[in-house]
Amino acid sequence: MEEHIVIIGNGISGVTAARHIRKRSNKKITIISSETPYFFSRTALMYVYMGHMKFEHTQPYENWFWKKNRIELKNEYVNQVDVKTKTVFFASGNSLQYDKLILATGSKPNKFGWPGEDLKGVMGMYHKQDLESLEKYAPNNNLCKRAVIVGGGLIGIELAEMLHSRHIPVTFLVRENSFWNNVLPSGESDMLNKHIKNHDIDLRLGVNLKEIKADKNGKARAVIIEETNEEIPCDIVGLTAGVSPNINFLKHSEIEIAKGVKVNRFLETNIQDVYAIGDCAQQHEAIDQRRPIESVWYTGRMMGETVAQTICGNRLEYKPGNWFNSAKFFNIEYQTYGWVFAKPREGEAHFHWKHDDDTKCITICYDKNTKTFLGINTFGIRMRHDVFDRWLTEKRQIDFVIKNLSKANFEPEFYNHFETKIQLAFNRQLQIV
Amino acid sequence: MKNKINHSMSLAKPDAIGVSNKQKIALSIGIIGLFILILALFNVNFPNKGVFLALSITLISMGIVVYSREAYLTKPEGIKNDGVWFKSISSRGVWGWLLGIILTVFYIVLYFFPAYLGLADNGSDNTGLIGLFDPLSKLLSGKPASQWFVYGTLYTLAILAFGYKFILKYKHNRYQQIRTVSVMFFQLGFAFLIPEFMYVLNSDLPYYDLKSIWPLNYYIFDEWSVKKFLSNGNIGLGFLLFGIISIFVITPILTYKYGKRWYCSWVCGCGGLAETAGDAFRQLSSKKMVAWKIERWLIHLILIFSVVMTTAMVYTYLGNSKNDFWLTRSLFITLFIGFLTFLFAGILFFKKNELGNDTKYGAISFFVIIMLLVFMHLTATTEHVFYIKGSSLRSVYGIYIGSIFSGVIGTGFYPILGNRFWCRFGCPMAAILGLQQRLFSKFRITTNGGQCISCGNCSNSCEMGIDVRHYAQKGENIVRSSCVGCGICAAVCPRGVLKLENSSMKGRINSNEILLGNSVDLMNLVNQNSNK
Ligand SMILES: Cc1cc2nc3c(=O)[nH]c(=O)nc-3n(C[C@H](O)[C@H](O)[C@H](O)COP(=O)(O)OP(=O)(O)OC[C@H]3O[C@@H](n4cnc5c(N)ncnc54)[C@H](O)[C@@H]3O)c2cc1C
Ligand code: SF4
Ligand code: SF4
Repeated sequence: MEEHIVIIGNGISGVTAARHIRKRSNKKITIISSETPYFFSRTALMYVYMGHMKFEHTQPYENWFWKKNRIELKNEYVNQVDVKTKTVFFASGNSLQYDKLILATGSKPNKFGWPGEDLKGVMGMYHKQDLESLEKYAPNNNLCKRAVIVGGGLIGIELAEMLHSRHIPVTFLVRENSFWNNVLPSGESDMLNKHIKNHDIDLRLGVNLKEIKADKNGKARAVIIEETNEEIPCDIVGLTAGVSPNINFLKHSEIEIAKGVKVNRFLETNIQDVYAIGDCAQQHEAIDQRRPIESVWYTGRMMGETVAQTICGNRLEYKPGNWFNSAKFFNIEYQTYGWVFAKPREGEAHFHWKHDDDTKCITICYDKNTKTFLGINTFGIRMRHDVFDRWLTEKRQIDFVIKNLSKANFEPEFYNHFETKIQLAFNRQLQIV
Repeated sequence: MKNKINHSMSLAKPDAIGVSNKQKIALSIGIIGLFILILALFNVNFPNKGVFLALSITLISMGIVVYSREAYLTKPEGIKNDGVWFKSISSRGVWGWLLGIILTVFYIVLYFFPAYLGLADNGSDNTGLIGLFDPLSKLLSGKPASQWFVYGTLYTLAILAFGYKFILKYKHNRYQQIRTVSVMFFQLGFAFLIPEFMYVLNSDLPYYDLKSIWPLNYYIFDEWSVKKFLSNGNIGLGFLLFGIISIFVITPILTYKYGKRWYCSWVCGCGGLAETAGDAFRQLSSKKMVAWKIERWLIHLILIFSVVMTTAMVYTYLGNSKNDFWLTRSLFITLFIGFLTFLFAGILFFKKNELGNDTKYGAISFFVIIMLLVFMHLTATTEHVFYIKGSSLRSVYGIYIGSIFSGVIGTGFYPILGNRFWCRFGCPMAAILGLQQRLFSKFRITTNGGQCISCGNCSNSCEMGIDVRHYAQKGENIVRSSCVGCGICAAVCPRGVLKLENSSMKGRINSNEILLGNSVDLMNLVNQNSNK
């Protein structure tokens, strides 16, 4: 009998693991999820609400794919794992035996104990069920006169864009005094503040949620702001203050957990034959300058690829390469390669350039002494991943990067190029220094 | 939980589909313009046809222009796809089906019952809709209108007005704008005006749209067409030569440099209509694997049909004896088979790897063509090929492929099957260009390392039904014969993952299973395996 690999979670990490295990072996594979029968792309949820796509378009594989590749799908909720008998127990009362278990359960939206956080009309924006709840309480601006979003991160701004597409007025509560400035340098964050306001979003900076008030049916009707005690009437409240690993069901198992499931560099937990990957895994020690818990799409995919190697007999360390990521803020695309922190750290300097139209800018971070290029943020200008990846690995100098910036340009044909302007700005800055 | 959800999960209509008051007025203006055409169709006899035609065209254009300005100029630049899957017309709703039926009926009448449009019997004057267009036709070429003139005018109007809409929709994207100006220019100039003026200069020349190349222009080598060209001295000969050069020289060079997009989404009239008036329906093309399989069979069968049909056409008007004309039937068939063999051997020799599994299908197609031609040569009589009259073969092609497929289904079914149904499943020109794009072209869509988040926006808006995400999420470049290079996948990608490029052939097709940004060991390991 072939070994039975059971994967909890049919997100990008679990599915990638399954696909690569199938490619390399004939093991029996079962994927369990309580969210949806088939894998879909979480990152595309917003486009379903906005009417760009139907839900089925968010599924990267056609439904026949799973059978053809002999990957069994189970629509169940796991509420207990017994590592002694190697059994997972389902809420439905059934259970399943495994030889090897991969935990890929992803995240859930953070809630910080706000009064009223469990009312009707209060939702996160993570699972498909959140989207359904949004459709129920905010289908249009007749039934939802105003929405309040709490938490200014990547998901918060996506939610704002979603509601905006249906002409629902939005009040956006952000704890920081400028949008996402715990991550972005001030020039960029500042540009985004303006861009958000240009879309008629009522952006409130430097404020916290105090409580959510209910109407007589137990549905949200207003929020109160901590700092001013202002009451803002609303029909729905979106909680988007970050996510944390979705692992409550493991509390009584012997698997070691902290915020997430603790894993070593081989993505192994403290229990033999149990692995954790994706959003729910927490490294004992952060890798490079990454966070111990990485909740992004491509790290989930990479962990899936890595663990598949290990499970198929080629024990492999998870060694992510140079950091990169991307996002979109309404109409402004953002890409980042390497590390650019909100404020230059000890020994680092930032070079910032912004276009006059206030929708494009870049920030390059480099080492003040050695002049080594450390990372770039680019807004409104598409750049090439492979070029920056190479330059980071080769530890190129900032001058080289500025001079060769056009090699990294990834904009569509016939677009205006700004490399010359950027070079001029850089030289001017050098002279001033 | 059920996975299948209806097009909007909400009970109430999402507000995204709202139309502003100004847009409602614009719609009404456009509909009044259309109404004039409909009245004419039902034989209302307008006193001053020229004025009413002008009025109708102006109102229709004004309606579209005002509507689009309100839709796009009042909003910040960016992707404008909000609600496309909620709107009935663009998501196969009631309006979509209704429009599909109206268009289909129009095409059937146009191709098969032009008398209902008011086409005159011999000698008498046009009436109805065609009559309404007489003044414009007389102004341009001096002759009364025909159903094709009416169609050509409306077609051009649609490309120009919806082209304007498209340019506003993509006001942030220069590639989209320039390409749209290009299709507008080629439609207005090459397809509409120049042939009319050519007629004024020399009324004996056959209608010739210079940008329409064989096999799309399947009648260029017909006996009457060739005779007319040849009987018109140097100009005629020049045009015929241009036709041949377009096929064998211009097309391969441009496709090598830029991919088939230079034609399909920059020049071609069918493509032009699809990209402008059909833009709202691009998401309707099927991305299923089954659809891709059908596509490959159908389009290549039609290509074979059109090659054999054209050869047979030319064959029938050639003689057997050298004394009449140096190109005899036997010589022609020999030369042609020789040419095909040369082509096929060349492909096999240089491009075996790229062809991969398709080598088998290529070989089968090649032998089918050769066998058909040999069979034809052996069984032909003076008048008959394949035991039927040569001209009937051409009519069959003309009716089923040229009319029903490309017109009735291809355009009539826009709101049901998507805007490039003909281009994808039927067009033999697209098949030839596609073959070349896949094997001998610098064009590809580059994927930006590991940035893809598998969201599916690209696949959703690919009018050719290519599952772009399938490649992008693996970090693979997209090298597909059907890609017309419209660039919309790249435009809608929220992560800047795709770029249309003409670059060196080396490394154009990359299929590494492990993406950039990954553990260096893993990438090396897997890439080693795949090189073995
Ligand atoms: C709106 C949104 C936009 C995003 N955009 C981006 C982006 O642009 N770029 C980016 O890099 N990242 C983005 N992310 C983050 C990214 O989607 C996640 O990092 C990624 O989906 C995590 O994948 P995963 O496989 O670890 O877990 P998940 O995708 O969360 O999958 C886990 C699955 O397991 C199921 N599950 C959990 N527990 C159980 C149980 N006990 N029993 C049964 N099933 C269970 C869950 O229901 C879920 O279906 C976005 C996230 C959201 C919510
Ligand atoms: S792949 Fe992209 S460029 Fe090619 S036809 Fe599809 S959408 Fe257009
Ligand atoms: S290429 Fe872009 S649009 Fe296509 S799936 Fe990837 S991120 Fe989405």
